Amino acid sequence: MATKHTVRIKVNGVNHESEVEARTTLVDFLRGPLALTGTHVGCEHGVCGACTVLVDGRTARSCLMLAVQADGAEITTVEGLATPDGLHPIQQAFVEEHGLQCGFCTPGFLMSLVELLHENPDPSDDEIKDVLGGQICRCTGYQSILKSVHSAIAKLRTAGLAAQPPLA
Amino acid sequence: MKPPPFEYEAPTTIQEVVALLRQHDGEAKILAGGQSLMPLLNMRFARPTALIDLGRVADLDYIREENGMLAIGAMTTKRSIERSELVKSRQPLLHASTAWIAHPQIRNRGTVGGSMAQADPAAEYPAVALALDAEFVIVGPDGRRSVAASDFFVTYLTTALEENEVLSEIRVPVLPARTGWSIQEVARRHGDFAMVGAVATLGLDGGSCNSARVVLFGVGPTPLRATSVEQALIGQAASETLFASAAEKADEGLEDTISDVHASAEYRRHLARVLARRALAEAAERA
Repeated sequence: MATKHTVRIKVNGVNHESEVEARTTLVDFLRGPLALTGTHVGCEHGVCGACTVLVDGRTARSCLMLAVQADGAEITTVEGLATPDGLHPIQQAFVEEHGLQCGFCTPGFLMSLVELLHENPDPSDDEIKDVLGGQICRCTGYQSILKSVHSAIAKLRTAGLAAQPPLA
Repeated sequence: MKPPPFEYEAPTTIQEVVALLRQHDGEAKILAGGQSLMPLLNMRFARPTALIDLGRVADLDYIREENGMLAIGAMTTKRSIERSELVKSRQPLLHASTAWIAHPQIRNRGTVGGSMAQADPAAEYPAVALALDAEFVIVGPDGRRSVAASDFFVTYLTTALEENEVLSEIRVPVLPARTGWSIQEVARRHGDFAMVGAVATLGLDGGSCNSARVVLFGVGPTPLRATSVEQALIGQAASETLFASAAEKADEGLEDTISDVHASAEYRRHLARVLARRALAEAAERA
């Protein structure tokens, strides 16, 4: 019944090979065997967005994906955003504009915004809100998150950077 | 919570999928994008003995125009529909309805076939499929068969798919000339399932309605055609007054609409009338 499956998954540029049960969700695989606890588990049914990661560059709820489905995929988690030189511009913007209070939801927000600003460096407020609608924050009231997004857009533009995580 | 144990199958052809369905004797579930099935597993509402993952099956992710139809592979994601210029230009109702479904993060993985096979009565795609007379291409042990949308949605979360069958393609007619369309929906929050929604297409010829289709969702066990509304429109001169009087009939046949924590039956019937009227007015502007 609980047959193990071998998965090969690249996370934040590092290759991992591991034996997993089929029922192991991607988020539990990241947080357990890989000890990457930056990705948070909230509702476990896809509504809250805390567990959002990038799968081959596109956001996905890691609670709604099995580790076996990610075999062969490249995953980026919040741990993949900062470099030894400092925070990712989107993270820095959240710090400066009070885009977080308790911080539980923040990893998911960051990953969703990485995807948005990579694909669309100059989104309208409606486009930003469409993405933020998929992430639940119960502390900030979203106004400071929206300010953080605008700050991040400016930082990325000034730096001439795409919002891509700095990965190989 | 965490999913109960199950076996995991990752076939690469649709024939293998059918063989595996038979092998697991009705106890397996098909995993498409997982955006509906995974919550059911995590909450242990579903306890299949095996999951058959379509993610590695070849040739289920495509959008093609063929003989006046858009042929859409079952594993095509909502993201692909949203970004398809072909869908946007040839079947704008299907395109526009996609933005009503959940959030971008869910649409990245959720599939067209998954939504259709899940057949949630408050979901957008089944209603759009019924309004547009879509066809469902199903593969089973005896080969392929095609089922009309009017026969595909049977009741709550139940379709014409048999235990040993898999949905492989959805065929959606392109929008005819001089035909307008609209989708209207009321939900507590954008991205939630609809309390009630209405889809309309309206064909105009010299100012008179020569075709009309009105489908309501969130009001019954499947999306429902509002045939009384449609009949009140055919052959009549399009006007706000006509749409208002026709839409008053939108609650006919909704006697069994349920009350729940989201809305009373009475409020749902009210929304059905209001949204049908708005949908017709918008469709007429686009015709």
